[in-house]
Order: sequence, then structure tokens, then C-alpha cells
Amino acid sequence: MTETVTTVAPTAWRGFQGGRWRDRVDVADFVRANVRPYSGDAAFLAGPTGRTSALWNALTAMFPVERERGVYDVDATTPAAITAHAPGYIDRDNELIVGLQTDAPLKRAIMPFGGLRMVESSLAAYGYELDPTLRRVFTEYRKTHNAGVFDAYTPQILAARKAGIVTGLPDAYGRGRIIGDYRRVALYGVDFLVEAKRLEKSGLDERPAIADVIRDREELSEQIRALGELKQMAASYGFDISGPARTAHEAVQWLYFAYLAATKEQNGAAMSLGRTATFLDCYLERDIAEGRLTEERAQELIDDLVIKLRIIRFLRTPEYDQLFSGDPTWVTESLGGMSDDGRTLVTRTSFRYLQTLYNLGPAPEPNLTVLWSPSLPAGFKRFCAQVSLDTSAIQYENDELLRPYLGDDAAIACCVSGMRVGRDMQFFGARVNAAKALLYAVNGGRDEVSGAQVAPPSAPLTGDVLEYDAVLAAYDRTLDWLAATYVDALNTIHYMHDRYDYERLEMALHDYPVRRFLACGIAGLSVAVDSLSAIRYATVTPVRDAASGLVVDYVVDGEFPTYGNDDDRADDIAVWLVQAFMDKVRSRPTYRDAIHTQSVLTITSNVVYGRHTGNTPDGRRAGEPFAPGANPMNGRDRHGLVASAVSVAKLPFESARDGISLTSTITPDGLGRTRDERITNLVGVLDGYTTAGGFHMNVNVLDRETLLDAMAHPEKYPQLTVRVSGYAVNFVRLTPEQQRDVINRTFHDKS
Amino acid sequence: MTARTWREVPGVLHSWDLSTGVDGPGTRFVAFLAGCPLRCLYCQNPDTWHIRDGDATNAGQVIDRAARYGPFTTRGGGLTLSGGEPLRQPEFAGALLTGAKEAGLHTALDTSGFLGARASDALLSHTDLVLLDIKSWNPVTYKRVTGVELEPTLAFAERVAGLGVPMWIRFVLVPGLTDAPENVAGLARFAAGLSTVERVDVLPFHRMGAAKYERLGIPFPLEDVAPPRSELIARVREQFAAAGLVVS
Repeated sequence: MTETVTTVAPTAWRGFQGGRWRDRVDVADFVRANVRPYSGDAAFLAGPTGRTSALWNALTAMFPVERERGVYDVDATTPAAITAHAPGYIDRDNELIVGLQTDAPLKRAIMPFGGLRMVESSLAAYGYELDPTLRRVFTEYRKTHNAGVFDAYTPQILAARKAGIVTGLPDAYGRGRIIGDYRRVALYGVDFLVEAKRLEKSGLDERPAIADVIRDREELSEQIRALGELKQMAASYGFDISGPARTAHEAVQWLYFAYLAATKEQNGAAMSLGRTATFLDCYLERDIAEGRLTEERAQELIDDLVIKLRIIRFLRTPEYDQLFSGDPTWVTESLGGMSDDGRTLVTRTSFRYLQTLYNLGPAPEPNLTVLWSPSLPAGFKRFCAQVSLDTSAIQYENDELLRPYLGDDAAIACCVSGMRVGRDMQFFGARVNAAKALLYAVNGGRDEVSGAQVAPPSAPLTGDVLEYDAVLAAYDRTLDWLAATYVDALNTIHYMHDRYDYERLEMALHDYPVRRFLACGIAGLSVAVDSLSAIRYATVTPVRDAASGLVVDYVVDGEFPTYGNDDDRADDIAVWLVQAFMDKVRSRPTYRDAIHTQSVLTITSNVVYGRHTGNTPDGRRAGEPFAPGANPMNGRDRHGLVASAVSVAKLPFESARDGISLTSTITPDGLGRTRDERITNLVGVLDGYTTAGGFHMNVNVLDRETLLDAMAHPEKYPQLTVRVSGYAVNFVRLTPEQQRDVINRTFHDKS
Repeated sequence: MTARTWREVPGVLHSWDLSTGVDGPGTRFVAFLAGCPLRCLYCQNPDTWHIRDGDATNAGQVIDRAARYGPFTTRGGGLTLSGGEPLRQPEFAGALLTGAKEAGLHTALDTSGFLGARASDALLSHTDLVLLDIKSWNPVTYKRVTGVELEPTLAFAERVAGLGVPMWIRFVLVPGLTDAPENVAGLARFAAGLSTVERVDVLPFHRMGAAKYERLGIPFPLEDVAPPRSELIARVREQFAAAGLVVS
């Protein structure tokens, strides 16, 4: 297509098969034509070299200071951008893959385009001051996303936000959950991509200049500009990435530069990597076949990439940490899966990525995510199960649900959000509190904690005993209001984000036009469901506060079925709630005609949501944490992991296409007596869950005693990793309240 | 199973559970049948002692429930009858095993063997694996631990072996009670002489049942006993291994 491509490509692309991908950007086609499925076991893998260990140890020596202070260092004066910082190194002579977000490892950048308030309060929290010139620039001369949003929020949205019935909204920082197709830079080089973007833009030349078209033209111009900056940033490290990568080493480096540029430009809530392992495998195996690489060196390249991914950092406020604890960045990488033609997409490099958890020790990032199918090769399944047993660091998503919906080049953003790499993006929408909404229904739209009238006033339920039909009707009306307010808030946020904090580089690595999802979400599912079940199957007497008239507590007489025991009486209520809220969301218009989706996911916000929600009719006390994601309420799933998983698997994926999260904790003894047996049995559980239609499972294999010991002696467990809700954290970096929440969750043990 | 089908056979179920790797191979639907004639000092399910503590049901209902978990239990798992003592309700147990086989499930019978005489050959022909808990080799200790005689269990073990049904022997190791070297050695010799024994599980005593005793207002008989130390567990495992048994 361009001169660069026609002259360099024949060498860079030597030995690669297939044709379509050569003339236009189509990495999925390249992978299909060149994948070398691997069906063997893990015996070929190489351990860490002395160089790798030394490099990693240099960083781990810095982690205690970072953990203690909250940040290691901050560059408080340079607003981040792709080319803002001089090159930085950990140990220049010993790094195989180079590039840091700022000029030194663990030094965080400020990103004021998302919002100045976030920058200012996070700096203050760690003892830094905002440069007065910067403050003036980003208040007087340049508007931020955050400022834009608050100019356009309605009083209803502000009230809902303040009450915490809608929270976690990305209205003060980068929205994230956008995956650039970073592989494109390795496969094509930047010049080819710029040319392709120019073509996309010129395709608009004949269109009338209406708002949508003008915006698209401006965005495409910004994308082209960002690609130029990417080239410039790589050049500052001594690399010319205008053409395609010629070796595996270059492919890893080019791909990482692209990802790095995104993290220099955006502090998105989740900055996911995509589906890179099998792509890079094409290069690694070619170089190994050519005698250019050994297995040890191939593993070193992946280890070095992963070291870099482990030190992605963003400057956050302590309040953010309450919601998303443990400093997560969601560098999610999707591994494995099947192709549309029935071959597996598992390659040796899928193993190599997992092997980093041994070579570097367990860690929460990158968020390694296995796209599971019962058809995956047995050797890979067993290795995954083994890694889960040893590290509790990986999560599983159902490839059999994702593939029919998104094809075989899909990846997970953040925790559970599937999208076609480089073809789809989403507008991240956090979540609403479905349990609090039920209390609003009882109280005529007033908040049970503050007494404020948040939802439009309606008649409070007045009977001595709560009548199921009356509650359901009131709840339905409350959810109508909630869905409308919520979608309005999200539309406002994403309008402003596109305008003031557009992801130029990430979007440059997408096709035009891109497909957009509006990713809504619900929290408190199990609390709402068990509460409705109590009202329906037991007798629930509301307790009213004499002064305010608010229902502040509930007395429950009799037994009622709870969600998480494969009891349809309770589980059907959960199915209804997920479908009903999705339908209500779908009836609202979306910004840029985004397709409505929904997740049942809380991340760690289940603790904060619980803290802000009063007593609920299921017997949960005010302030008590919710269960995470779609999990049954802690301790109420009494028939073991499988029954609990079967209940969750009933939630309809078509009404929650942005993902349904289940976090399971099993004790080692709860999986069998020998290591071999435990591996076999965990594979069986994952196959069964996938076959039963379950979407996502975090697998922790842990003893409660280990966690209690880690709370008491954090210094003994610097790398203890726990899956919480769609991501993993260093256990010792959670707040004490969140640590207690993890410990109080149901541990499925031998009975 | 004459006039009526297995589905209609009534019985009393204490509860059901799905477990992995602890009640036989793989993920299993475990039916806990109510009622047990033993009163083991370390019993972790004192709430299953009495038939009156269960819910009346029939085999068809239980198997229908079990069948819901096919995606999990047909991949190297199956159904396990436990309790209580499943042979306390032999006809119900037999019907459940028949039904499970019809549903294509691997079947396991978790029993003390004390009521082994009540297990018909037909029942055992629908049993793929017997999980036989032999609580002690020394008859005096056995009686002290369980309140009943040892002999019926040994006779049952020999009969099961004679019928060619695979067996896993389970031995609960309680410090100061069942840990005597000669007690373990005798049991190891006996187990090694049974041709269908595939493995021996040494189960260290634990106190997880203690909370149930508190709820039921029954004193926990082993209140002052600590779980066995790892050296003791290793010694006992070695004793079984020395007899040529697979120990897990």
C-alpha cells in the first residue's frame, strides 16, 4: 500500500501464510492463517534466567516503599502525553523490552484531561502540590472531561449519584475498557496504519458536514496525529517502528510500545491488552524455527513484557481505592479459546504467558484470562488448573458463549467485558445499586439512610406486612426511573469524554467505523433477590422510624429460599431482575447509537455499596458488604460450589452480554486429596460450568487460615494474589475492611 | 424392586450437596440419607443420626435433582450415597443406586459397613465403588469409637471384595484413639488382603463438626483432642504404604 510496506514487508513477513491481511488491516485473518495450535503439555517451558530474576528483583525491592506510601514517586509537573516524558529504564543494559510510562519505574504521571480534581486530590493525598500554572491552564484555558460532565448533569443525576444508587461513574478520570489492537503496530508498522486511517478519512470527503461527520473527521485526524507521536516516542528509545516488526523481539517491542503509548495518554479504569499471545506466537515460533531464538530466550521476551505490564501505574485518589482496591490497572490478556473453524487458538505462547506466574511469582497483573472451552486441548486445561491451584491468579471466561457472539478474535476488557479486538469499543458505565433501589420502592423514592427524596415521590408501602405483588410493582417503577437516570448520566459522561479526553491512540488502533456498546451494570443482585424471596416466601414486617416514617428495618418470620442453591424459586427472581433491568435500559436512547449491554459485576465496590445501603429484607444488616458480582450472598450458598455456580449460570447471557461475574473460593482439600486429583477435578468443574452456560469464574484455591495469617503478617505475603471480582489483587494491598470481606466469603470446603 | 419402579421408593433424605474430590472421584452429587446406628466420637454430622431429622422424599425426586448436575458429574464424577448410614434405609439406597445407573452416573456408597448385611447383591451390582470407613482394627477401640461391633464391617469388606466391587478404605486418624501402631498395622494387613481395594484415604481428625454439636446442644466428645500432627500423619500413611497399598 505504501512504499515502506512494499519494500520492508517481504522480509518482515517472510514465511507467513495467507493473503487477505497483507492488503488491509486484519490481524484476525493473519492469526487464522498463521496460528500453530499446540496440544501438548507444559514440559517444554523454560524457567527464569538470572537476568530475568535480577531485573524483577530490582523492581520488587521498590514495592514495599510504594505499598507503604501509596505511590513510589510522582511527576507532578508534566501532564502525561505520548511524548511527554523522556525515555525511562529499569536497568538499561539488561532490559530486553524497553519503555516506561514516565522517565523512571513506578513514577506516576498526572493526567489532567480526565479531570483536574482527581489530579489535585490524589497529589494532595500523597503529599504533592499541583503546579499553579497547570491549575490555571486546566481551569481557565482548557476544559476537562470532568468539568464538562458536571456542566451537563441534571439535578436528578446529581441526586442519584450523591445517594450512591448510581456510583463508580467514570466522570472524573479516564473511562477505560477500550482495547487498542496493539498487534497492528507489530504486524504492519505505523506508516501502513496511518495510510489506512487516511483512507478511512477520505471516505468521508463526499459526506455533508453535519455534526456526526465533522466529529468523525476530527477524531480520525487526531488518531493520525497520535500514530505520529507513537513513532516519535519509539524513536526516543532508539527504535524506528514505521515499518513492520521483522523478528519476534521486535514484534514484542513494537506491540508493547503501542500499549505503552495508550497508557501514557489515558488513565482508563481498565487498560486491557487484548489477545496478544497467539499473535506473538507466530513470530516466536518462526524465529525458533529459523534458529534465531531458543525457548529460554523466547520465554525471556515474554517475561520482560510481563514485567513491564506489571508496573503500569496510574495516580488515583484514596476514594477510588475504596471502590477498586489494590491499585488495579486491568491489563487483561485473553488466552486460549477456539477458532471459528474448530481449531484451538492455544499455542506455546499461551503457556509462556502463564509461565510468567512461576518465573516472576504470582501477581494480579497482567490480568490473565483464559477463554475456556471444553474443546481446549487437555494439556492446556491441566496447566491452567495447575496454575490456579498454585497462584489463584487467573480467571476463566466461557469461550462457547463469547465466540458465537463476537467471533474468534474477541478479548476481554477489564474483568468480563467481551469485544472484538480493534472492531468494538465500549462506553464504560459502572453500575447501579439494585438492592438500594428495592428499599426506595418501599420508601416511596426516599433514601433509607439520608431520608432525601431521590427518586420521584410515590406512595410508600403502608401495610403491616410487605405484599410481594405490591413490592414488585413499586420496584418495577423505581427501576424505570433508575434506568432512565442512569442512561442519561452515561450518555452525558461519554459525550464529554469523547470531546475532552478522547483516546486518540487506542482509537487509532480500531477500524472505522467502530461498533460501540453502552455497558451498564447492576450491583447487589443477590441481596435484592433474597430480599424479594423473603417477601414472597416468608413474612416480612417493615419496621418504621417514628420520626421520619421511613422503613429502616425488616423482621422476617419463616424460611425462604436463597439464590445460590439451584432453587428455582429464588433463582427465577434473579433471572427476572437481570432481564427486567436490561429491558428498561434498552428502552432508553444512547449516545452515538451505542448498543445497550449490561454486566453483573461489582469489582470490589460491593463493600462500598454495602456500606451505603440500609437494612434489607433478606436479613442483611445496614452497612454489611454485598456479595461480589453475581455471587450468591456470602454463606447462603449451602450446597457447595457447583450448586452455587449452577444458580449463577441461569442468569441469561443475552441480557448481560457485558459479563456475569462469579468469584469462587475453594480450599485445596475441597478439590481432592492429591495434586493430580485436584487438577483433574478443577478441569472437570470448569468444563461443567462452561457446559452449564456459566460465563465467568474467578478461581481461588486458598485456605482461610492463609488469609488470616496474611492479615496479621503482611510482610510474609508480598505476592499473595487473590481473585476478587473480575480481577486479582495483592491481598496485602486491600483495605482491612476488604480483607475481612474476602475472608468472610463462602469457602467451598470438603463437607 | 418388584411391582413399583425404583422411582417411587420412599426414603428420608437429610440433605444433598455437591462436592469435588472428597466423596469419591470427581464432582459428585452427594445424597445424605438420614439415620445412623453408630455414634462415632468424632462424627461431623450429628444432625444426621435420626431418621426424624430428614425430609420424606422418594428416589425419583432425588435422582431428578442429581440429574441437573450432569455437566459436572458425568465428567469423571458421579453420585455418592452418604449419611448418616445409607444402609439404614437399604431399599431407598438400592433404588437411588439403580436410578443413578439408569441416569448414566458412576455410583459410590459411603458406608461404615456395620449394616452391610442389609445390602443385597443387587444393590451392590449397582455400586461402582464402596467407600468403606473402617474406624479401627482393634475391636475394643472400634466399639469405643463407634458404640458398635467391628465384625459386621469386616465381613462386609470381604463380601464386597468377593463380588469384585472396587473399594476405597477410609481411616480417620484420631490422636490417642486410633493412632496406635499395631492398630494401624492390623488394618493395613487386612486391607492389603482385599483384592479390590484401590486406595486408602487417611483422614486426619478435624474439629469442623464441633459447631454443629454446639447448635444441637450435645457435648462434643473429643472437645480436648487436637488434630494429628504432620509427623503422625506421615507415619500412619507410611504404615499403609508399607503394606503395599496406594495411600492418598
